[in-house]
This record gives sequence, structure tokens and C-alpha cells, in this order.
Amino acid sequence: MIKFVNISKVYDNGVRALSNVNITIEKGEFVFLVGPSGAGKSTLIKLILKEEDPTEGKIYLNDMDITRVKNRRIPYIRRNVGVVFQDFRLLPNKTVYENVAFAMEIVGAHPREIRRNVPMVLSMVDLSQKAHCYPDQLSGGEHQRVAISRAIVNSPPILIADEPTGNLDPETAWEIMKILRDINRRGTTVLMATHAKDIVDMMKQRVIAIEGGKVVRDEKKGVYEHEISNI
Amino acid sequence: MSMRFRIFKNILKQGFQGMWRNRGMGLASVSSITAVLVILGLVLIVILSINNVVVSTKSKFDEIQIFLEDEITEQQLNRIEEEVKGNKGVLSVIYQSKDQALEIMKEDWEDEAYLLEGLEENNPLQNSFVVQLKDIEYAESLVNDVKDLEGIDEVVYNQDIIEKLILFANYVRLGGLIIIGILILVSVFIISNTVKITVAARRREIEIMKYVGATNGYIRGPFIIEGLLFGLIGALISILIVNYGYSYFFNVVNDRLYVLFTVYLVPPSTLIKDVSIIFVAIGGGIGTLGSLVSLKRFLNV
Repeated sequence: MIKFVNISKVYDNGVRALSNVNITIEKGEFVFLVGPSGAGKSTLIKLILKEEDPTEGKIYLNDMDITRVKNRRIPYIRRNVGVVFQDFRLLPNKTVYENVAFAMEIVGAHPREIRRNVPMVLSMVDLSQKAHCYPDQLSGGEHQRVAISRAIVNSPPILIADEPTGNLDPETAWEIMKILRDINRRGTTVLMATHAKDIVDMMKQRVIAIEGGKVVRDEKKGVYEHEISNI
Repeated sequence: MSMRFRIFKNILKQGFQGMWRNRGMGLASVSSITAVLVILGLVLIVILSINNVVVSTKSKFDEIQIFLEDEITEQQLNRIEEEVKGNKGVLSVIYQSKDQALEIMKEDWEDEAYLLEGLEENNPLQNSFVVQLKDIEYAESLVNDVKDLEGIDEVVYNQDIIEKLILFANYVRLGGLIIIGILILVSVFIISNTVKITVAARRREIEIMKYVGATNGYIRGPFIIEGLLFGLIGALISILIVNYGYSYFFNVVNDRLYVLFTVYLVPPSTLIKDVSIIFVAIGGGIGTLGSLVSLKRFLNV
């Protein structure tokens, strides 16, 4: 589904963000991306979203080589990937319903489809009651649930979550994790970058740890870190 | 097909919304475009009118008039006539006495001819030869043939006037182009600033659109339409101003002054069509260019 082959990224200012990274993520996997700030997690996500091009190596998405693509094609690549951010990024002047419908309007979906899909995803994240509220009437967890609805409403095969629980209290964070797990169980590949140790440890999913631009650990049913094993 | 249409409808809707939300700054954009086009209209009218004068003068192009001194002797007169007839470019030579000249002038002046009454006693006009040439090319050689002969006061041929007119038209055109060029730059700048405000107001929306996979065309479309609309509104206003303003001016000149002036002015009815096409094209062009400039500078999609 997502494949990095010998990826290196050096930014224009000389900072080396990734060196020789090899990662293969299969369809339907749930993957945590962990590591300290500045380790290269964000760069990895930016490479998938084609915000940045790799300096070396190849990236495949859905068996398609997306290492070098024309700018014109980037939007169509992004339609395969739903994104959720730490800061939610909702439009304040649109209701919950409109925020989600917006993502469908952009890709030119039929109004009938919009009327069918939006309530569906809203009920999935348990927000049907708040469909006509504006973002400032919602709690943090509700914000993130709207953002998730928006990310999956066009049914992308991949969902990327960049520290989705970073701004939420532990209880709400777990709600979000349950939703992400449900989405994953329906067949969507989920890649989540996070600092939340307890969540990673509890979920028992694949963990890829990055430090200093390198993959230092990649294990199935992993945990956030091995403090003792290194001694 | 229907998907494309829905997307297009969305873009159009957002473009109109952007224009409406920005109507304060939009006023500045529209007025600057209107100013450019009205000035362009004035320059056009002047140039077209000069062209009219040139064309109507050109019909008299192959005619040369040799004005004679009042004290000319018969000998000198015959000498001149011979010399003129000897030139191979000459079609015909007609002697026009000062009385005949006055008659012709009276006919030209029509209703106002009474003003010329009484001049017969002390006619200020001159006797002359009216020479028809085969072609204006021969004017130069004929002038060379006769210029040293005695008894000639002045040789008048229209090439000078025409050249001066064309030169004048060129200056007007150049000056007009420079002014218009500067104003176009100013308008593009003002429009790009207006659109920049919409871009800034919608930064968040644009970012989300990018992540959800909106195409560049979808993101840029509304801004281009906003600029285009400002341009077209400016064009519409200036078309009205130029059309009504000029028609009014034309009628005033026609009523209060002599028809003599208006025969050289472009009739408003022929002006309106060209002006409309030119204005819509330039107005729309400035608007679109203005938004493209601001998109290039402020919207990195």
C-alpha cells in the first residue's frame, strides 16, 4: 500500500531529515510512527502527501510510483489519502455537516451522494446530533471527530493521522483511538504519528520508531520504547 | 460531464462570493479599471477622428493649388501654365480666379454664406491654378519645376497637412499608450491586492482543500473569476460612460457649433461596437492578470 525504498531527504537548507529509510506498509495495517520531535516523522508524512519530494529513493502508493509526479497529478494522489491533524483544521464559518460535505464538493461528488455519505460518516463518529452545530460549539474531541469524518468521507484507502490525540485529554484520546481502530477494521490502512506512549503500548499494533532520520525499530505488536532491553 | 459542471458551478459560486465579500476593495479595483478604459476611450476617439480627417483629406490628395501674386503679369502667367502643362504627371490645369474662388467658398459655407457677402469689392482671396495630378508622387517634381518662377505666391498641396496629421496622431497614440500602460499596471496591482485579501481570508480553506485533493484549477478558479468579474464590471461602467458621454458631446457639437466639426468626428454609433469589444477584452484581461499575479505571489499550491 505504502512503500519507501531507500528514501533520503535533505532539505534545501542542508538539514538531513531522512537517511536511507525502507518501510513497507501493507493494505489494512494499523501502524504507529513514533520518535522524538525532529526525528523525521513529519517529513515522512509530507513525502506521502507529496508536499515534499525525496532527495533519493522511491515511494510507491497503491503500487504506483509517486516519487516524481507532475504537479497536476498531485491532487489525484492526495485523494487516496485522508489526513487528520493535531489542530483539527475545521472551517469555523461552516457547520459540522458543511465541513464534511465540503470535502465531497471539492472532488465534484453528486449532491445525492453527499446527502447519503455525510450523515453516514457522522453517525459513525457519533456526531449525528451535532450536524448543524458550528465548530465553536464543539468540544476538542468532537472537533477531531469531525476532522476524521472529513478525512474518510471520500473513502480513501489510506488514513494518515498526525498526532491526532495531541490536543486531547486521555479519555477523549481513547474515544478517538476507538474510532480510528473501527476505521481500520473496515479495511482502511491507518498510519498514525504520535507521542502518546500509553496509547501505543495499549493498542498492540505495528510500531515504527524513527530517530535521527533513520528507522531504528520496526516491530509487529510493538510498544513505544524499550528502555530496559538496551542496557 | 455532470461532475465537471458541478465543479465549475462551485468555482463560479465561490468567485461571486469572493467578489461580494471584498466589495470594499473591489470598488477600488473597479474604479481603476474604469479610469483606464475611459482614458483609452478618449484616446481612441481622438485617433479615429484624426484618421477621418486624414481619409477625407486624402481624397483631395492628388490636387495641387498654385496661388498667384496679385501683381502677376500675363507673361508670367503663361510661363507658369506652360511649365505646369509640360510636367508629365499633370492631368489637367484649371485657372481659378479670385471671384470663382469666392463663389466656391460661398457654396461650401451653405447657410453661413451670408457672412461672405460684401467681399466681392475687396476680395482677399487669390487667383490660382488648380492642378490635378495623375498621382501624388508627381507633386514633388511639379513643385520643383515651378518654385523658381516669378509671380507665384505659394504652392499648397496636402501632403504636408497629411504628414502633420499622421505625426500628430502618432504622438497622441504614443502618449495615450504610455498613460494607458501605466494605468494598466496600477490596475493590475490594485486587483492583485484585492484578490490577495480573499486569498488571505481563505488561507485555511485553501489548505484544507489541498489536503482533500482539490485540483489547482479548483483552488485558483474562484480567485480568477473574482478578478475577471471586477474587470468586467469596470468594462461595463466605462462602456456606459464613454458611449453616453461621447454621444452627448457629439450632439452638443452638432447642435451648437457647425456640422463642419462633426463630419470629422467618429459617429458614436460606429464607435460603440468596437469600444465594447475592446473594453470587455482589456477589462477582463486586467482582472484576470491581476488575480494571476497575486496567485503566483501569495498562493503556493
